[in-house]
Amino acid sequence: MYSKKVMESFKHPHNMGEIKNADGIGKIGNPTCGDVMWIFIKIGKNKKGEEIIKDIKVKTFGCVAAIATSSMVTDLAKGKTIKEAKKITRQNIADALEGLPPIKMHCSNLAVDALHKAIEDYEKKNEK
Amino acid sequence: MKVYLDNGATTMVDKKVVDSMLPFYVDKFGNASSLHQFGVEAKEALDNARKIIANKINADPEEIVFTGSGSESDNLAIKGIAYSNKEKNHIITSKIEHPAVLETCKVLEKQGFEVTYLKVDKEGFIDLNELKNSITNKTCLVSIMHANNEIGTIQDLKKIKDICKEKNVYFHTDAVQSFTKVEIDVKKINVDLISFSSHKIHGPKGVGALYVKKGTEIKKLIHGGHQEFDLRAGTENIPGIVGFAEAVRLGNKEHVTSMAKLRDKLINGLLKIKDTQLNGATGNKRLCNNVNIIFRYIEGESLLLKLDMNEIAVSTGSACSSQDLRPSHVLTALGLRADVAHSSIRFTLSRFTTEKEIDYVLKVIPKLVEELRQFSPLK
Repeated sequence: MYSKKVMESFKHPHNMGEIKNADGIGKIGNPTCGDVMWIFIKIGKNKKGEEIIKDIKVKTFGCVAAIATSSMVTDLAKGKTIKEAKKITRQNIADALEGLPPIKMHCSNLAVDALHKAIEDYEKKNEK
Repeated sequence: MKVYLDNGATTMVDKKVVDSMLPFYVDKFGNASSLHQFGVEAKEALDNARKIIANKINADPEEIVFTGSGSESDNLAIKGIAYSNKEKNHIITSKIEHPAVLETCKVLEKQGFEVTYLKVDKEGFIDLNELKNSITNKTCLVSIMHANNEIGTIQDLKKIKDICKEKNVYFHTDAVQSFTKVEIDVKKINVDLISFSSHKIHGPKGVGALYVKKGTEIKKLIHGGHQEFDLRAGTENIPGIVGFAEAVRLGNKEHVTSMAKLRDKLINGLLKIKDTQLNGATGNKRLCNNVNIIFRYIEGESLLLKLDMNEIAVSTGSACSSQDLRPSHVLTALGLRADVAHSSIRFTLSRFTTEKEIDYVLKVIPKLVEELRQFSPLK
């Protein structure tokens, strides 16, 4: 049912946990499937002075696909500029995981939504 | 150590069962309807198997109809009664039935039948008063499962039958999970129709049976030859039926006692883990091989696959492992919230389960639960 990459990400998920004093937090829950995802981001700057996602952590309550997509979204977003991170799509995550079963595609949705929400949260807090 | 604790899904076929079946593939391959020696041999085997199963429930051999599965038995019982009672169009069942019953009822609803789905309490028992009050003069059948496949709750068949008898309504029970684990004596409980399956009791897959009490009028579903007292056409699966009977013959009371002991050891051990709870009833109102536990804050499928990586096979009522993403209809009928229902794991033992295996599970599982809880946002 699951690709090797999904199982690998599930067995050894990356960036699990939370960031104390995070700059942005994105909380997403899907009551139908029961999955819940919280993404924490810490913002820094690269050499060009652009804002980047310096650190990212995720907490997940969910199935194998939910845990694997959580891990993958953090891998894809870490070190990216905010502009780049906003462009990550659910398809990017599914592709990086070498595909998801059709019924589990919503898990990659959740992961992207949580990431975007965390960025939004950061931007809102820093609007002047 | 490989530990198979998904015997509610299916069981290993007992080697003795396989041995009993083998002669009927090559040497004694006849069609039980044939008049020559090959046929006679097959017919004898068929009759003998029917007798063994009838004896197990104190029925007459002519009351046992072999089918292709427990699901087929449920279909034959429910549709068979519904279609033969033209003036009555109401069926009563419960919310926690197996899909073979629920989906059959839904099909009948589309055909104009009315179906009442009885609620259950938090342990999974139906309310006998609700049953009594739901029966009308249009009711043709009450179908309530004996033991629930997910949570192992055993209904009181005798009390249900007494109500049905008083109201003159047929009573069918799906005993697929309870067969050989809970005693059934049809002369005592007087149920009209009972569904059985072979592969849940170390018999082969593809064989089921339906007990049809003498005098019960039902319509057949599979048309063709006159096999099985003209209730199920199709050449009988003699090797399968022989194996089913051998599996029934091999089951005994000691197995039940030892399974129940290991069941309770597993339950008690798992409940020592923080934030866990048992679904279903306890003691002899619970199936001797069923353990269903909620591990709060983690999702069933992820724990199932972590266990699988440790060579422990279980199942879950979590929606995420199903094709429709809804949590188990049984667990939600108990009143559990969706996120809690998602956190359930079912362990089902067999008579081959050993204490060593249970010890291994109890040793491995706390660590896996902790790993998953560490990054769960729920608390």
